[in-house]
Amino acid sequence: MKLVTAVIKPHKWEDVREALETFGVTGMTVSEVSGYGRQKGHTEVYRGAEYDIALVPKIRIEIVVDDADADDVVGIIVKTAATGRIGDGKVWISPVETVVRVRTGDRDEAAI
Amino acid sequence: MDTGHAAWVLTSASLVLLMTPGLALFYGGMTRSKSILNMMMMSFGAMGAISIVYILWGFSMSYSSITASTDGEIAGGAVGTFFADPFALFGLTDIDPSAYLTVAFQLTFAVITAALISGAIADRVKFSTWMLFIPIWVTLSYFPLAHQVWGGGFLSGNPDGLAAMIFGTVGEGAEAVAEIVPLDYAGGTVVHINAGVAGLVLALVIGARKGFGKESMKPHNLPLTMIGAGLLWFGWFGFNVGSFVPGATAGVGGEEGEFYTNSAAFAANFVGETGLVWVNTTAATAAAMIGWLLVEKIRDGKGTSLGAASGVVAGLVAITPACGALSPVGSLILGVVAGAAAALAVGLKYKLGYDDSLDVVGVHLVAGLIGTIGIGFLATSGGLFYGDGAKQLVIQTVVALFAIVWSAVATLVIALAIKYTIGWRITEDEEVEGIDFAEHGESAYDFVGTAGRRSLLGGSTLSTKAPVSEGAEA
Repeated sequence: MKLVTAVIKPHKWEDVREALETFGVTGMTVSEVSGYGRQKGHTEVYRGAEYDIALVPKIRIEIVVDDADADDVVGIIVKTAATGRIGDGKVWISPVETVVRVRTGDRDEAAI
Repeated sequence: MDTGHAAWVLTSASLVLLMTPGLALFYGGMTRSKSILNMMMMSFGAMGAISIVYILWGFSMSYSSITASTDGEIAGGAVGTFFADPFALFGLTDIDPSAYLTVAFQLTFAVITAALISGAIADRVKFSTWMLFIPIWVTLSYFPLAHQVWGGGFLSGNPDGLAAMIFGTVGEGAEAVAEIVPLDYAGGTVVHINAGVAGLVLALVIGARKGFGKESMKPHNLPLTMIGAGLLWFGWFGFNVGSFVPGATAGVGGEEGEFYTNSAAFAANFVGETGLVWVNTTAATAAAMIGWLLVEKIRDGKGTSLGAASGVVAGLVAITPACGALSPVGSLILGVVAGAAAALAVGLKYKLGYDDSLDVVGVHLVAGLIGTIGIGFLATSGGLFYGDGAKQLVIQTVVALFAIVWSAVATLVIALAIKYTIGWRITEDEEVEGIDFAEHGESAYDFVGTAGRRSLLGGSTLSTKAPVSEGAEA
């Protein structure tokens, strides 16, 4: 099993959700997060005074998938979330040892 | 007083009273989220404290030299043209009932002038100190200037006043009046220059917020600021249009006499002048908003909501003294100049290193000066641009300078006295934690639901301990 984590632009979240649902992903954890990459945030101006805002709001999606699906899921997210402009985000895959469904106690693939 | 006029004065007084909660929103949105309650409380505190002192001695100190008491006689003399007798109408006990309307209307001006100052000293002043400072400040700075400008004192057409000293008087005996009468329709000097100078003096005496110029102090809720600016614009029609005095601009005597009882002449005067003042107020405000936004567009690439709200206030401030003396086109010119100039002026504090937190100096002092002195250029009668020479301009400038000096001296004396006795500032730790909790034991927002439980004791004891809930950094 793999954990796919994606950090994407907030306005792309709906498109990504639809595409993943079409592919067959049944569930995910989504959080509103802030951070920065190479663009180092942005600048805002209030009454002529410039403020460097380091943190940019993003959406983080976490999905646990079978090993076989991991690359496809990453591909779908990358294809759907891309705008071609700076700040589109990142996707990464990490190994997962065990998953347990709280309601039934099912483990691993049965719990996904 | 004509009943229609009386109804309008009552309405105006109520409009102007609403300006102070509007100002609380305007300022409150510009602070950080940990300071908004204190910022709004400074305005509400002024509604409390200043209303009380205005009824006790404020009105008497401003206008008892021209207000009748119950026996029909003028209540009290002026003290050397600088202020009127504070005790002649103390508590309004001996006042002629016809004057209550004037008390109501003028009270609201004193309230908002005190509240205006608070923007210069956001986030760092003990609430108890503020509540002690403002009654003393209005007594030493606002009431005297109100008397000098509107109560027949030193900065009016008084034959012993400043204008008469410069260009002499016309008329004989009791009819004598300064040849060039200073113009301040609704408070360019008394309200805006006065509050702006006081804000500057306090910012210098009290010092900057911790982290000023280094940490982010960006506004936390600009929608509130926009709502506040809208309420200020709305209330300002009471401020300016309500300042109509029968026959004054036509050079006819005021409340008494034939003019006021000649309803046709009075009605024409009332309808024409109030309409003009409303149109001028809107013209300057609209133009100032556009002027401010244009400066931002050219300088920063984008027009901002804070710029729009600030431009509105700058325009309202500038037209305040001039709204009865200009044409609508003149008001457009005054507005666009004031908006653009204030937009450039708000950056001065970073260059000069003083922390006028919410730009009381940049907006109120600068636009107040532009409006007061701009009358000398743009007045349809007496203005330099209308070929009437520079006499009015000289008078307007000198009066503005005198108001600056008076306000600066009065404020400095009080500010230093407080600094070396009860002190101005909350502690550094309290400031970092947030003045709302430190001074009021409250927090404005609880978005994440970390508010804890209700104390089993009913919360009757006020704990001064910092909250020890993890992750409750508001």
